[in-house]
Amino acid sequence: MGFTQTIGTTRYVFPDLKTLLARATPFRSGDALAGVAAESAEERIAAQRALADLPVRRFLSESVIPYETDEITRLIQDSHNKTAFAPIRSLTIGGLRDWLLSDAADTTALAALAPGLTPEMVAAVSKIMRAADLISVAAKCVNITRFRNTIGLQGRLSIRLQPNHPTDDARGIAAATLDGLLLGAGDAVIGVNPATDNVDAVLRVLDMLDRLRIAYGIPTQSCVLAHVTTTMRAMDMGAPVDLVFQSIGGTEGVNRSFGVDLALLTEAHEQALSLKRGSLGQNVMYFETGQGSALSADAHHGVDQQTLEARAYAVARRFSPLLVNSVVGFIGPEYLFDGKQILRAGLEDHFCGKLLGLPMGVDVCYTNHAEADQDDMDALLTCLAAAGVTYVMGVPGADDVMLAYQSTSFHDGLYARAALGKRPAPEFEDWLHRMGIGNTTETIPARLSPTLIGLA
Amino acid sequence: MNAPSKWRDLRRFTDARVALGRVGNALPTAAHLDFQEAHARARDAVWSKLDVAALEAALTPNGLPIQRVTSQAEERRRFLLRPDLGRKLPEGATLPKAKGSIALVVADGLCASGVQQQAPALLAALVPALAKAGFTPGHIIIAEQARVALGDDIAEAMEAAAVVVLIGERPGLSATDSMGLYITWAARRGSNDAMRNCISNIRLGGLGADFAAAKALWLLVEARKLGATGVALKDEMPSHYRLT
Repeated sequence: MGFTQTIGTTRYVFPDLKTLLARATPFRSGDALAGVAAESAEERIAAQRALADLPVRRFLSESVIPYETDEITRLIQDSHNKTAFAPIRSLTIGGLRDWLLSDAADTTALAALAPGLTPEMVAAVSKIMRAADLISVAAKCVNITRFRNTIGLQGRLSIRLQPNHPTDDARGIAAATLDGLLLGAGDAVIGVNPATDNVDAVLRVLDMLDRLRIAYGIPTQSCVLAHVTTTMRAMDMGAPVDLVFQSIGGTEGVNRSFGVDLALLTEAHEQALSLKRGSLGQNVMYFETGQGSALSADAHHGVDQQTLEARAYAVARRFSPLLVNSVVGFIGPEYLFDGKQILRAGLEDHFCGKLLGLPMGVDVCYTNHAEADQDDMDALLTCLAAAGVTYVMGVPGADDVMLAYQSTSFHDGLYARAALGKRPAPEFEDWLHRMGIGNTTETIPARLSPTLIGLA
Repeated sequence: MNAPSKWRDLRRFTDARVALGRVGNALPTAAHLDFQEAHARARDAVWSKLDVAALEAALTPNGLPIQRVTSQAEERRRFLLRPDLGRKLPEGATLPKAKGSIALVVADGLCASGVQQQAPALLAALVPALAKAGFTPGHIIIAEQARVALGDDIAEAMEAAAVVVLIGERPGLSATDSMGLYITWAARRGSNDAMRNCISNIRLGGLGADFAAAKALWLLVEARKLGATGVALKDEMPSHYRLT
């Protein structure tokens, strides 16, 4: 049972829902690589018109990947909340777009709707929205999480401090962390991507970050972004684990390529909860995602990369995470070729995550083989700040010397907060004042003496 | 050492861009332009082209036949958009048979200038060592618009025992001259990354050519005993291991 749409004298036929979604997707290189993109601009708009006429209910009866073969589809279907869905059950995708943009869809209504939305519905409506639409609706979504501070309040913009070092050198990490704190970053998390997944190395960094946090009395959380099994081993050994990190995707197959499944994530989540380390709340998970990961793992089932990305958020929300971010420009030009494609994908990912109820951040980033530069990142960062992004990254000088890509800098975080009138998480903002962190760039306030964190 | 009290003293502890200063919420002009220069160099490196004639001249002293190929990607933009094509030889491409040899592929990858700079010194060290260790160093294949797995097609066409691919690594802001080396025993089309061993960061300020060549030889000697590279072959090269 397919879909048809006539434009002029041409009748376009889309044999199934996943094909319709793929052909309706604004162009990006990854869908062309997968062979699922529209062949022409006219075919794309035909698919978008057909999609706009589709009843939202249809997404409850047809899956893009079969229920029997994919545990993410089962998660999506089995956790769908029909009561929350009721207000939109008679709408089309086009009607849903209109309602989302209307005044009736306020913060309270959107929060109530979230459990009634599936990733595919949200991806579908995003495909017929412009950047301004994606920004306007996301800005109305407020998804608050807590561990040692409060993340996601309206008018706030948090920063993940990302002090990576090519050899996980403790003093190198400490110096980059202090640099970031002095520039107001670190309220989302102080999170290190380890150079290796070696358990001993991860234990050393976990221990060092925890001592640093305590020495300065920072109301925040730390994380070493190792594989979930490495972090579980670290917890077994009594390591100070605040947040459990894992990269996730939108199909069972891509998650298997990451070495995880829902059962393993459930086990890790329960183990982290049992540590009871959060003082304000128990959101203990941190997930990263990104368009193209499923194609990269040859586990995409002919579904477009943006729909699969939205499906990853179903995995995330099952575990009530503190933080989720798309690493939007990291994957490379064969998936998102240039600044235009990265901009669009970053806004889609943020919109979809927020609408599904997640504390959505974005790693505004690019690699040197993508057609992108700092101007593109400034544009995306500014749009995301206007859209109320929960957090962005803070990397010294925007140059990650371990992962060899460019993300947003501590300075960029200050810029975005100033340009859009955003403030840090309240507990962290109070701490910045107490520590005497201000606008000077010469001396370090005495309360933040580098000797306290092993820098002498 | 005294405890740093000046912000700029943090630079002692890391090569990350810390203590850059601040004008309002932005970078001071000098730091801003430093970044832009690094990015400009990285961009140029991605789009750099192998100087094949110069490379051939630099590799001729090894005394091995040299052959040129271009992958199915043909040109740079297509190479960036279609990684699958960068892994395939053109249909009908002919390469000489060199059964049982070690095929040596010099590939542009994501940074032609990197492999252009690093490959001659590495091969000058590796080729004589291979012969001494009882291997037959085969042809040197200069490959354009090439990904690592193009070596699999090359090895299959030549019936090589193994392929060593020297390839330009994606440029970062701090290094635009870096080369990687991938060894695949019994490489054939469809060999995957779990079947390879890799030595990365071969450059000035990274791994030296002699050290990288010694590691490559050690891995090849072990691979010959094991009949395999990849996850089965752990890099346990003794620290005293040398080429001669």
